[in-house]
Amino acid sequence: MKGFIIKRLMLLLPVVFGVLTLVFLLIHLIPGDPVDLMLGENARATDKEALRKELRLDEPLAEQYLHFIGGAIRGDLGMSFHSKQPVIELILQKYPETIKLTLAAMLMALIISLPIGTYSACKQYSWVDNFSMFFALFGISMPNFWLGPLLMIVFSVKLGWFPVSGNEGVFSIVLPALTLGTAMAAILSRMVRASMLDVINQEYIVTARAKGLSETDVIFKHALKNALVPVVTIVGLQFGALLAGAIITETIFSWPGVGRLLIQAINTRDYPLVQGCVLVISISYVLTNLITDIAYSYIDPRIQLR
Amino acid sequence: MFRNKLAIAGLFIIGSLIFAAIFAPYLAPFEPFEQSLRGGLKPPSLEHPLGQDKLGRDNLSRIIYGSRISVCVGLFAVSISLLIGTTIGSVAGYLGGWIDELFMRIVDIFLAFPGILLAIALTAVLGPSLHNVILAICVTGWVSYARIVRGQILTVKEREYIVAAKAIGANPLRIIMIHILPNILSPLIVEATFGMAGAILVEASLSFLGLGAQPPTPSWGSMLNEGTQFLLIAPHTTTFPGLAIMIVVLGFNFLGDGLRDTLDVTKD
Repeated sequence: MKGFIIKRLMLLLPVVFGVLTLVFLLIHLIPGDPVDLMLGENARATDKEALRKELRLDEPLAEQYLHFIGGAIRGDLGMSFHSKQPVIELILQKYPETIKLTLAAMLMALIISLPIGTYSACKQYSWVDNFSMFFALFGISMPNFWLGPLLMIVFSVKLGWFPVSGNEGVFSIVLPALTLGTAMAAILSRMVRASMLDVINQEYIVTARAKGLSETDVIFKHALKNALVPVVTIVGLQFGALLAGAIITETIFSWPGVGRLLIQAINTRDYPLVQGCVLVISISYVLTNLITDIAYSYIDPRIQLR
Repeated sequence: MFRNKLAIAGLFIIGSLIFAAIFAPYLAPFEPFEQSLRGGLKPPSLEHPLGQDKLGRDNLSRIIYGSRISVCVGLFAVSISLLIGTTIGSVAGYLGGWIDELFMRIVDIFLAFPGILLAIALTAVLGPSLHNVILAICVTGWVSYARIVRGQILTVKEREYIVAAKAIGANPLRIIMIHILPNILSPLIVEATFGMAGAILVEASLSFLGLGAQPPTPSWGSMLNEGTQFLLIAPHTTTFPGLAIMIVVLGFNFLGDGLRDTLDVTKD
């Protein structure tokens, strides 16, 4: 187990390094002069020079790069151009909100998909199965920047059950979490169903039935536990999709998280903050994948041998 | 049977989309840019079946013209990604060794950015335009094709017909192009079908965020963006462009699912 975790951590290093490099290069991909873009072309020359110094754009590329990597390792992502606060502080203020939203969305997805997937597998090709799988395809195809406003129209405006946007009170998380979690619920329903179907035809299930166990015991004690093993991986991988989806969902519902911060940073051309948000979101994703892998190897020790 | 019906429905949706894109000027009842001050945000009527937007432009016409953007971005982005991914995947899989190792590490780095994050970051620095949207989709999109091609090549590389081709002195390019690629087409076709759905969705997302098509270009994503500003007073400006996106993405997903079953491609 230890060996597996160490091996997995070693594989992580080049990825983190590559992510850092790409994020560093972002600001250099700006066509023309980033300083002109941030201050406007007619800004005073002294202001431009000052900003250029602050962003270290006057240094040779290699030096800038080393400084960026060194800073990032120490948790220093530079200063926000707009609010003059350290980027890392701004992000850490918003980070818990994004995690809260993502976890709520994941919970929502699990609550929806586990019963649907299990039931569909047990009654394969029944109308419930066909109906849910058809709607799963809808869920996957529905853009969250459409679903969000639709839910808003129905549940906030027409019915008045939930607040339209922002983060006030417990109920304000329901619509954003549902918007973000629908696609995952759809993907997981299909996954749980497929995985259950695999398991149900195994010999140990036939054995369990032959022993005379009740159908409930067979499904919940023998089948579901085993069927959920591959689902764990998907849940972990989908967490990344949720993080990316949160960017749009937070923007729609004015949810005060990192995703909305990123879009605000883009709109104000606050490039150090853009870099910081991109970095933090992707590193969170990489770490979630790591944790998923390790969790998976605990649940299914065969994986370590591969 | 059920799956097949869905695949045919998907094909029908995609057919209609392409038809609308090609014949937009003949199908659209109005010019997509034709404004009418008195018609601002008017709900659906007989003259304007899908209502009018904030400048009184006809929603139906703009959605019909918007199909051109979805089709163009989808086709360009998927073809270029396919080309880059197939090339890199072939080289990595066929040559193996350190080249393979290097390419796969690069793939890992691109996979470390979840979903559309990298596309958002790229269009944010490159500037909002449809060209940059296509570029951003390609930068992230080639990865899945490269992995599929590499994986498939690794499994067919040692087969007898490849060894035989090598033995009679065929060069690597010929072996890849004539002997290997035709045999691994099925998973690529399935992936490209889902890729179209993905590319259309990314374009719409970026345009929704203001990072893609710029006004007055009628892109479904930017129409939605404009629509959500009037969510409370004119929900039809949000409903219909979103419906268009969903139906088209659904079409490609239906077809992809059907193809995967028919061509017997297993997910890796």
